[in-house]
Formats: sequence, C-alpha cells, structure tokens
Amino acid sequence: MHVLVAYDVATESAGGRRRLRKVAQACQDFGQRVQKSVFECSVNEMQFEELVRRLVELIDEKEDSLRVYRLVEPKEKYVQIFGVDTSVDFNEPLVL
Amino acid sequence: MHQLLNTLYLTTEGAYLRLDHDTLRVEVERETKLQVPIHHLGGIVCFGDVLVSPAALARCAQDGRFVVFLDRNGRFQARVEGPISGNVLLRCAQHAAMREPDTTLTIARHLVGGKIQNSRQIVLRAARETDRPDDGEALRQTAEALANVLGRIPLSPDLEHLRGLEGEAARKYFATFDRMVREDRATFTLNGRNRRPPTDPVNALLSFLYALLMNDCVAALEGVGLDPQMGFLHALRPGRAALALDLMEELRSPFADRLALTLINRRQVTANQFHARPGGAVQLEEAARKEVIVAYQKRKQEEITHPVLDQKMPLGLVPHVQARLLARVLRGDLAAYPPFLAR
Repeated sequence: MHVLVAYDVATESAGGRRRLRKVAQACQDFGQRVQKSVFECSVNEMQFEELVRRLVELIDEKEDSLRVYRLVEPKEKYVQIFGVDTSVDFNEPLVL
Repeated sequence: MHQLLNTLYLTTEGAYLRLDHDTLRVEVERETKLQVPIHHLGGIVCFGDVLVSPAALARCAQDGRFVVFLDRNGRFQARVEGPISGNVLLRCAQHAAMREPDTTLTIARHLVGGKIQNSRQIVLRAARETDRPDDGEALRQTAEALANVLGRIPLSPDLEHLRGLEGEAARKYFATFDRMVREDRATFTLNGRNRRPPTDPVNALLSFLYALLMNDCVAALEGVGLDPQMGFLHALRPGRAALALDLMEELRSPFADRLALTLINRRQVTANQFHARPGGAVQLEEAARKEVIVAYQKRKQEEITHPVLDQKMPLGLVPHVQARLLARVLRGDLAAYPPFLAR
C-alpha cells in the first residue's frame, strides 16, 4: 500500500532537532522524501505497522504532530504532481 | 503469495553501494544517485567495476537478498550467500530423487518437453506474423520438426538419449532463428548459437539475457530451499548451477528469446550498439546494456495467467512458482513436474 507521512516536529530544543532527524530517518527507511517533511512510502501491512510504531515512539506527543494518510491506489491515477518532482518509482526497473 | 521484489542493477563504472540504516544508497563520485529502502529489493546485480560495502553485503546476506557480481558482459563472477537457509529436508529429498534414475528421467523429460514446446510456440507465432511466405514456410517446417522431437521424448530410454533429443531440437530451432528477425537482417544474422564468447550481435544479446535469467533462476531455487547445483537434466559439474540451468530451459523462450526478437524488431537495439572485440567476441555497449535490462525488468512485470495454477501473476514470479512446483514433486506431493508453458 502507498502511504503518505507528514510531520511537524518542534525544533526549538536540541532534543527536538534530534527527534526530527530520527523521524526523517525512519521515514527514509520505508520510503522517500517528496517534500521537506512529507514522505511517500510503499509498504506491506507488516511494514506499515512497523513504520507507525517506530514513528509514534519517536515523537513527543505534547509538541509534535504526525499524520499518516493511506493513499487510494493506483497511485498514478489518484496522485497528481506539479512542479519539481525528484521522486523515484521503486517498482520501475532500477538500473544505474 | 510471494511478492515480486525489484532487482537493483548497477552498471555504472565506479558506483558504490552502501548501507544507510534500512536503505541502500548508490553513490557515483561521492554523489548520491539513488536511495532505496531495502525492503523493495529482492537482490542486487552488479556489472563490472562496482563496489558494495561490507555492511551492505552482510545485510543482504542475512536477509536472503541475493547479491551477484557479473563482468561487463553479464558473465557470472561471484555470488554472495548468507547462511544456507532453505529446508534441509527438502534438500535431502532432492538428493534422494537424484539417485533414483526413474525420477530423474521423468523430471528431465518434463523439463525438455517444456523447453521444446515453448520454442515451438515462439516459432509458430513468428510464422503467423511474418509477411514473407518463404520465412513462414521455413518456420512452419521448424515447428513441425520440433513437434516431432517432442513426440519422441516419452520414448527416450535414458538421460543421454534425452539430452541428444534436446540438442537436436535446439539445432533445429536456431537453424531458422534468423527468419524470426524482421529488421536489419544484415546485422542480426545468427550463425548458429555460439557463446564464450558470442561472435555476433544476436548471440551477444541472447547470452546477456540468459545471464539475467540465470540469476533469477538461482534466486528462485534458493528462495524455496532447493540446491541450485544439484540438477536433473544437466550433468553435475563443480561450480555449475545445474538445477538453475534445468529450470531455465523452459523459460528461455518466453523470458529471453522473444524479448531479444522484440528488441531487434522494434529497433530498440541497433547495429551500432555492438562492438567487435579483437578475437571475434561481440559486445553490447553500456547504454544498450541498460536498455536491455530495463526491457527485461519490464517484461517480468507483464501480467500473465499461470496455466497450472490458473492465477494471474507477473511473469517475473514464474521462476519462483516453478521452483515451488518442483519442490512439491521432490517431496512427493505432486506426481509430475508441470513445466511452464507460455501461450
């Protein structure tokens, strides 16, 4: 399934900045950054649970905000993209 | 059902692949070109001068994702293997089946039968599609000859004889292979099948595609826990993945031959993409290699209906399904091995 993860992490404190980095890394492990704090991930049910669990553990629920949206598939049909797009489709042939 | 995971192909000289948390990152001259979460990948194939970090190797080996190193022409160099996973009992059954001449011969017959049937299918299709009557005629004759060999398979008394039949079918098939080429016949003429090294563009293209398919076959067998070196049709030889070669036979024409013809006939590969090397070897140039890999990956994503399971799946999953069917035969859950018959 395709999910979209968006977050706001309070970065006034050093702890907040550390949380921000960790949240970004967790998202990166499951998908790719498409905007500053927006990631798209393509995961199965198990990986989805794992992703959410990791993110919820990382954030400070008093200060940060996390949103996970499940996208309607097929993505090509329901997601419109305008402007700069550097994302890679991981299901397409990966030849470098 | 097993999911068809993507394969990462690294063909850029000097590329460096490293593990970064749960992602793999490809750098070329210290610049990140691609970063992929590792769960998307079933394996990695490296061509030529490509480096993989020890951490990335270790992680892939642990997860059972294959890492294969090929030279620039696609010839096998090395494979990284983790702790043998698989299933010990299945391997025992596989070894036991090898010692039973009857079982071995029965399985080998189905393998050869599948191969010839699939070759025949591709020949017949080309005969239907050609607009030159002499080609159509020659191809139909080949198809008939293949049908004749096919009919003699159940009568083959032993493996030696069966291998002879297979050779006969292969010679007949490649004798009119040229007639399936529609574009630029001057370049794409096949002087019989040759390899090590291939000496004409068609052979170079076929060898390259077979190398890609071979990796997928080994991975599929390892995935179900079979020993890829212990084959039935192919003789055992140190370093030879005999069972993978067995499994590959029936898949050659749907995965590679037809794709090679499509690439030529659609002019996706052209004469100037091949280089003759001193000594007569013919090589695919780098850009063309990439194009062929992309086409191969796309081909694997095409949906087909598996004739035995009557289930829709991407073509790329077929080697895995066939490996599983073979495992069931070896365990005694299935009476005969049903080869994959492409439509």
